[in-house]
Amino acid sequence: MKLSSKWLFWIAIGLAVVIILAVPLLVSSAAPVDRTIRIQAKRFEYTPSIIHVNPGDRVTIELAAGDVVHGLSIDSYNLNVTADPGQTARLTFTADRTGSFRFRCTVTCGNMHPFMIGKLQVGQNGMLWRGAALALLAIVAGVWRGWK
Amino acid sequence: MNQPRELPWSGRPSQTESEPASPWRLPISQRINLIRFPWIRSLLQSRWPQFLVRALTLSGFIFTIVAGLLGSRVGSHNFAIIFVWIAWWTALKLAFIPFGGRSWCSVCPIPLPGDWLQQGGLLEKGRHRFGLNLRWPKRMHGSWLQSSGFLLVGLFSAVTLTDPRVTAWVLLALFGLAISLSLVFEHRAFCSYICPIGGFTGIYAQTSPVEVRVIDTRICSTHKDKTCYRNCPWGLYPLALRDSAQCGLCMECVRSCPKDNIAVNLRPFGSDIGQTARASHLDEAFLALVMLGSALAFSAVFTGPWGSLKSAAFAIGSPAWLLYVLGFLALNLMVMPGLFTLAVWIGQRWSGGKTQLRRAIANQSQVLLPLGLFAWIAFTISFAFPKFNTVLSVISDPLGWGWNLLGTANAAWLPDVSGFSAVLQIAILLIGLFWSASVAQRIAKRSPQSYFRQELPVLAFILLFSLALLWLLIG
Repeated sequence: MKLSSKWLFWIAIGLAVVIILAVPLLVSSAAPVDRTIRIQAKRFEYTPSIIHVNPGDRVTIELAAGDVVHGLSIDSYNLNVTADPGQTARLTFTADRTGSFRFRCTVTCGNMHPFMIGKLQVGQNGMLWRGAALALLAIVAGVWRGWK
Repeated sequence: MNQPRELPWSGRPSQTESEPASPWRLPISQRINLIRFPWIRSLLQSRWPQFLVRALTLSGFIFTIVAGLLGSRVGSHNFAIIFVWIAWWTALKLAFIPFGGRSWCSVCPIPLPGDWLQQGGLLEKGRHRFGLNLRWPKRMHGSWLQSSGFLLVGLFSAVTLTDPRVTAWVLLALFGLAISLSLVFEHRAFCSYICPIGGFTGIYAQTSPVEVRVIDTRICSTHKDKTCYRNCPWGLYPLALRDSAQCGLCMECVRSCPKDNIAVNLRPFGSDIGQTARASHLDEAFLALVMLGSALAFSAVFTGPWGSLKSAAFAIGSPAWLLYVLGFLALNLMVMPGLFTLAVWIGQRWSGGKTQLRRAIANQSQVLLPLGLFAWIAFTISFAFPKFNTVLSVISDPLGWGWNLLGTANAAWLPDVSGFSAVLQIAILLIGLFWSASVAQRIAKRSPQSYFRQELPVLAFILLFSLALLWLLIG
């Protein structure tokens, strides 16, 4: 049975998707270390708001609330800590999941509280790179679809 | 009886049910006329079902204003904030627009009192009508004011979306403006030319699978009374509809047509876009670009990790806010339109195209519609999903006064959807990008010039936008 060019194209696109999703990204060779990161929380921002760690690092976050009670929970890590004003609360975990994760305030602290967000970057953000490659592929597939 | 002042259509139509003469109309065989189903027909023919839903939305709207003014100042504990900006705003982008086009407009409470005043009755048109019934100024036609309104909301969004009092006053202002305009101008001037949500809904309604169209144009051309046009609150003539951007799906034409010649069609997604026969008006192109720019800006402010940006957007009147205003306006008025114009211009020059630049921009702006809609859906997933537990909470305690009417006031249900939502956002953006690229190719291949050269810069533009949004949402 001879496959039409249309089917060949979509099979090629499917293969490309599988490759993009399966290809391993460059992994940092840095050995895991213990890190302590102090985060100052005040309405409606964390300082620093972006934290970079390596996969496997044992991370201790010291959350210091400046004005009112603030919390911090990290998406996908199921961790949570709350700090009273003027106090410092600690949270220790192993960064065993790679990628980019938002952390959010968990205690209502004012109008912009739902959007008080920071970012924990563990190693490379593979999802972003794969998403970018898939975006390029989507353009190619779309052009083909419009052409046919 | 008022005579139609000027029908927005001229020339003898030639389309029939079996003969699609216009390039923007797909064959009727690709449509399913929902009116043919008896239960849908009876639902749409009667004014009662729509009236009841609108009465319900009007009650909810008034309650929202009351909750905003009298309830808790804490946004996440107030019905006004949660139901307007989490529940309704999400439903609009995830359900109403993608599957129903401007279906929200058909039940929107904001123009309701104005409609009643204009028609002199609640259900049927009465004898006594109020208002000056003036025509909307021609120089203010198009969606320029809607784009401006959307930008204005964007400038104050950090406060409007989080402060119940401000949300209530904004809703009251829109309500008052709609009523005032209905007393001065004919038809739904507010909805057609002012409402920022109407602009948003209108351009993306062109991607939706619903349309109101005439069945047989020959019947319309011999029908002298034009009852559909006379009864349309929007002042539209169904025969002249080229796309679904303006039609508010109120169904008055269906009800008033004595010949049963109006169809409510289920059609393929995106049937209105990808055509070349469009006017060279730039208002829709500008609106589409404002929507893209706003999606980027809102993603940075509301889902990004930059606290100083959030504080700047919130501190209205401060020097930081003025900087935010400058950045927001520069993005929407200069960067996005500038880059898109440059992309279209390069495409024209490179391919040797002879099309006037403004016409080329208007044509190519259709490419932005699928991507824009899916970009907003992707943004909504980051914006609203983590806060859905608050919907349950405010149902039991709408004013934030410590009530627990349904036992859900302390709902702690908050699934961690962050891993799943990132995958979903990528998938949604990819679908939008795929669809937009397909539209770009369809437009370009109708051109006699080298269509690859013509479309490549526009494809680069939408890729650049998608990567930027991807980075903001999951980077």
